[in-house]
Amino acid sequence: MSLEFFIVTFVKIALLIFVLLTACAYSTYMERKILAYLQNRVGPSYAGPFGLLQPLADGLKLIFKEDIVPDRVERITFALAPVVSFIPAMLIFAVIPFSSEFDLFGLLPSPTEGVISDLSVGVLFIFAVTSLGVYGLVLAGWSSGSKYSLLGGIRSSAQMISYEVGYALSIVGVVLVANTLSLTEIVSLQSGSLFNWYIFKQPLGFMIYIVCAIAETNRAPFDLAEAESELVAGYHTEYSSMRFSMFFISEYANMLAVSAVAVTLFFGGWAGPFLPPIFWFLIKILAFMFVYIWLRATFPRFRYDQLMDFGWKVLFPLALFNIMLTAALEIL
Amino acid sequence: MSAEKKTITLNMGPQHPSTHGVLRVKLELDGERVVTAEPIIGYLHTGIEKTMESMLYYKAIPATDRMDYLAPMSNNLGYCLAVEKLMDIEVPEKVKWARVCLVELTRVASHLVWLGTHSMDLGAMSMLIYAFRERELIIDLYEACGGQRMMTSYIRIGGLASDLPADFEKKVRNIIKTIREKMKDYDKLLTENPIFIMRTKGVAVISAEDAINYCLSGPMLRGCGVDYDVRKANPYSGYENFDFDVPLGKNGDAYDRYLIRMEEMRQSLKIAEQAIDGMPEGPYRAHVPGVVLPPKEDVLYKMESMIFHFKIITDGFKAPVGSVYQAIESPRGELGFYITGDGTNIPRRVRVRPPSFVNLGALPILTEGYLLADVVCAIGSIDIVLGEVDR
Repeated sequence: MSLEFFIVTFVKIALLIFVLLTACAYSTYMERKILAYLQNRVGPSYAGPFGLLQPLADGLKLIFKEDIVPDRVERITFALAPVVSFIPAMLIFAVIPFSSEFDLFGLLPSPTEGVISDLSVGVLFIFAVTSLGVYGLVLAGWSSGSKYSLLGGIRSSAQMISYEVGYALSIVGVVLVANTLSLTEIVSLQSGSLFNWYIFKQPLGFMIYIVCAIAETNRAPFDLAEAESELVAGYHTEYSSMRFSMFFISEYANMLAVSAVAVTLFFGGWAGPFLPPIFWFLIKILAFMFVYIWLRATFPRFRYDQLMDFGWKVLFPLALFNIMLTAALEIL
Repeated sequence: MSAEKKTITLNMGPQHPSTHGVLRVKLELDGERVVTAEPIIGYLHTGIEKTMESMLYYKAIPATDRMDYLAPMSNNLGYCLAVEKLMDIEVPEKVKWARVCLVELTRVASHLVWLGTHSMDLGAMSMLIYAFRERELIIDLYEACGGQRMMTSYIRIGGLASDLPADFEKKVRNIIKTIREKMKDYDKLLTENPIFIMRTKGVAVISAEDAINYCLSGPMLRGCGVDYDVRKANPYSGYENFDFDVPLGKNGDAYDRYLIRMEEMRQSLKIAEQAIDGMPEGPYRAHVPGVVLPPKEDVLYKMESMIFHFKIITDGFKAPVGSVYQAIESPRGELGFYITGDGTNIPRRVRVRPPSFVNLGALPILTEGYLLADVVCAIGSIDIVLGEVDR
């Protein structure tokens, strides 16, 4: 382990966190603008040109708001919950390859790989970390001392557990095809041609993945844990100020994370012609984010029991079927 | 709290995003399943009935706007028809047709708000804005007619507040055309949407027997297949001249009520189209000196008209002794006005039969045994307006 390795890794981490937090902030802008256009509205337009400074204004507002802690909360857990949901969302990006080898315009002494840590078990790491995120929501719901929060927390735990299964199993298909758990290798296997993308080899797996990913991130039409028309705001009803915004940021970071995983596993990651790899990576993620927002503008919300039925009775068998099919095809 | 208590009490409202105002529902939940549901009302009580009992007859019209604020024209019409019945006033043909046209468009506007909020409660957020966009056209028409966008007070005793605007026909035709066009989009977004069907089919079911026992009316009653529509059963304001269907449901669930309201909107547009096609010429107020205000143009140039105008505005008119009941089919069901006159210029008693209030009584039947998410669906599919429930 040379000094250079530490410095380069540190630079990469700092860059990634900066980019990620900015991306989270601007995802809210993107969501509001696109939703607005889908709904015949204009969206944010006052702060800065085209409302581009709106995320900044929102952030400032949230920071300067009073941090209200209600009387009946479990103080330690209450304070910890937003962090618990925030950190796993960031951690996923540690193993996502965002670019090919690069030297940061010659600033680095030697080219470095476009991933913070190329774990040989990257896919497993993702499973492990995404499952941690739910603890934040459950703890928040439980510690708030409010019935709406409690119901939201219970909903999110039930939902996440049932969709975790389909989520993991849908990726197993890709692992079987690629014969590796390293995300960097999975990406390099898909580069070269559009038809190397695993979406063409794993269409069913991708469909299951995208549905589970939306459910995992608590987004419409699976946003039961924070269904505002039923549970007011669900698990974060009692939160205010920066603690609230940490939930908010982690929701968007989670969206970005599952989009990044989808891009890596099914859409060739950073691979693409002409443009630098990092651009391809970002463009693909943006496309996914658009789909998220589009779905939110279109669909009504599932009901709790229907969601569970759908997870266990439809997605789970389908994912198993997909694995068997893939395995059979691989043997042949 | 006793140790063996297995349920939690959840207080939903009066400040809650989907209780449509200030309804409070006290829920006993077993997990997410509703054991008992108790609607608690009165947070918007304004004493409208009592207020009307201390006012001259014509002055009570603005109070009726404020009951069902989503269908002001229907309330105006119900009250005015009741007073006209009490005073034995026959209004000109043109007034009847114009009233039918306006009230049917009001039904469309009210159902659009229902559609938007109901689907918003179920999570389809864009529908709210689409529905309000179309409703805006109808609100604009109100504004063109009487100058007010929501609290119209346009329908008056013996006629209308003023003559229909010059471009009334053009505006109405534009509304009919636009909404017919947009309703195709709504069908694509909701009617055929599998999630929407899952959320509403078999949810908040009420049997025809229960519906009759609970005295329900409007789409709530017709959703169970009971064919009762005041417009057909007891035609008023010339509804017998119009050709329209009354849609009926089969299962009495939220989806049937949804389909009925959507079809009612189409039928209402059809009625409005017939009304605009056959609108006769004539005065916009009945000629009943001393009771109905003379037209404004006459007041400015004719002595007698001015005297009558002054007398009616200051003293009102004396109603005969007796009671009348007049019901109309408001967007929410049978809206009835019961008025007792006692020979003075102020009614002795005004009692409103509010469809929202009566329909809300069925909320326990609609929600008990279902999930928490279905409570929201049930409240939405009753289509309550708290202003009318509490009055």
